Amino acid sequence: MASRKGKYTILFDDPPGIRASAAVGCAKEADGPLGDMFDIINRDSYFGQKTWEKAESEMQKQAVAKALEKAGLTASEVEAVFAGDLLNQCVGSTYGLRALGIPFVGLFGACSTMAESLCVAATFLDAGAIKRGIACTSSHFCTAERQFRYPLEYGGQRPPTAQWTATASGAAVLEKGDLPPFIRGITIGTIEDLGICDANNMGAAMAPAAAATLKHFFEDTGTKPADFDLVITGDLGQVGSELLRELLRRDGYDLEHRQSDCGMLLFDREKQDVHAGGSGCGCAASVFCGHLVPLLRQKKLRDILFIATGALMSPTVVQQGESIASIAHLVYLSSEKSGGKI
Amino acid sequence: MKMTPEEYGRLAQKASPPSPMGKNLLMAFLCGGGICALGEGFRLLYQWLGADEELAAAGVSVTLIFLAVLLTGLNVYDNLAKHAGAGTLVPITGFANSVASPALEFKSEGFILGLGAKMFIIAGPVIVYGTAASILYGLVLWLFRLY
Amino acid sequence: MDVLLSLLKAFLVGGALCAVGQILIDRTKLTPARILTSYVVIGVLLGALGIYPKLVEFAGAGASVPLLGFGNLLAKGVREAVKADGALGILTGGFTAAAAGIAAALFFSLVAALVFKPKEKG
Repeated sequence: MASRKGKYTILFDDPPGIRASAAVGCAKEADGPLGDMFDIINRDSYFGQKTWEKAESEMQKQAVAKALEKAGLTASEVEAVFAGDLLNQCVGSTYGLRALGIPFVGLFGACSTMAESLCVAATFLDAGAIKRGIACTSSHFCTAERQFRYPLEYGGQRPPTAQWTATASGAAVLEKGDLPPFIRGITIGTIEDLGICDANNMGAAMAPAAAATLKHFFEDTGTKPADFDLVITGDLGQVGSELLRELLRRDGYDLEHRQSDCGMLLFDREKQDVHAGGSGCGCAASVFCGHLVPLLRQKKLRDILFIATGALMSPTVVQQGESIASIAHLVYLSSEKSGGKI
Repeated sequence: MKMTPEEYGRLAQKASPPSPMGKNLLMAFLCGGGICALGEGFRLLYQWLGADEELAAAGVSVTLIFLAVLLTGLNVYDNLAKHAGAGTLVPITGFANSVASPALEFKSEGFILGLGAKMFIIAGPVIVYGTAASILYGLVLWLFRLY
Repeated sequence: MDVLLSLLKAFLVGGALCAVGQILIDRTKLTPARILTSYVVIGVLLGALGIYPKLVEFAGAGASVPLLGFGNLLAKGVREAVKADGALGILTGGFTAAAAGIAAALFFSLVAALVFKPKEKG
């Protein structure tokens, strides 16, 4: 059974494992430092479809199909899929997954969706409500641009703090069993807002959410950053990572050599013109599914904290002058089913 | 320790690298100047071909708009603008790009509510407030018999 | 020589007006749409005050091609229309003067959208 630890954290006594995971990416992602991690690379950003939205759905469909194939399962053997994305009404997920016939739990956590879907799926599994579930999400540079910013062909200039939405998707098949890695615990984030209004500086807007969730987890479990091999944030980018380290340093937690960021790993910031780094649900999802899960399975990493951050605003409220509210969900993963510091 | 938004704003500003002002200014100056010089070249050409001042000026606008729309369609204009900044925004070519880019982008939502309606998402306010300003000016001219 | 001088003046004045726009982008939080709108409205104002026509006379396309010139054109159109048609000119002047530019942008964009497809950046 799940047990609460402290005020915010949930630990699993019989932790669910990740049976298989898959990552799908596009050209820019494939050309990045982690290009080899992708199971499927489609260099055409339309993914053979007519619109960008259809392309994103196709990408998510491919990620789930690939994860099922790697798990040696068919869709009918999965009892629920937990998914979401950045698009209005999460249409990337709904239309990508509509043909599967798997009970669907739609989630919105903006770029935190991979961690959020892992949290919800793990809790369903732990409660015995399902025996097997899929967590997945995606983002597409072009759908995000046309929904949140400008048309693709519009001649705008991005400031150095802007981040680049990854065109990528990740899907993970979760079940109870003995296959590592295991989801040992989760901390659901609180909504944080320290008044950043600049939509071109998402890292700065989201860093307080990551700091709050990490602080909650460390306090609840009595651990510190040095107890983990890696503390990896979703997509704070260069600016947000720096701010996160500073915020936690003020609270007495030293992240210096433990912290890494999916947005900084996915792209080469110098060569790929992504300014402060990658972002989007698909950034954290593909790095998690394609890079971190295999490292944990091969026991190259033992205990890690995966914290995906999300900005919960819409263009409408930002135009109305609202600041950018953010959230960060934490997943504590381990290559071992028990033991360790917790 | 709870941080105030003001404190955090200062911290965030310190952590955020500023735009490379010197390089951006130079690029805007060179590209913007280049587009204007190109326009001047067309103006002189049209006048040499016998157009009067007004026709030549209109010809320059239409020519530059045509070129900007073409470069937008060929996926070139946005890549120029990435470097040129205001150099491609402020000339009439920037206005043309702001009409053409949503037209292309939102064709997928249909010819009426997509292409036709969304064409104005950036250029609309330019036309609205430009026209409104001109009407106010006309009103002043007419009321005070300044013509 | 006259041609080169004209081109140089257009280059310098046009470049300077764009550089001012770049300062607005980098130093203020103004979005591009706000900058374009401000340029046109300020252009109407400078046209009304008789300042901008002098700049156009000096720099030619260097002053008429930036969107300030578009505002100046609106002002000029209203001035001439009010002179010719009286009160009706208040409404018709701006649009009439701007007609060629706006119609060209709309029509060319329509054709472009029929022919081309947007692509991912880079």
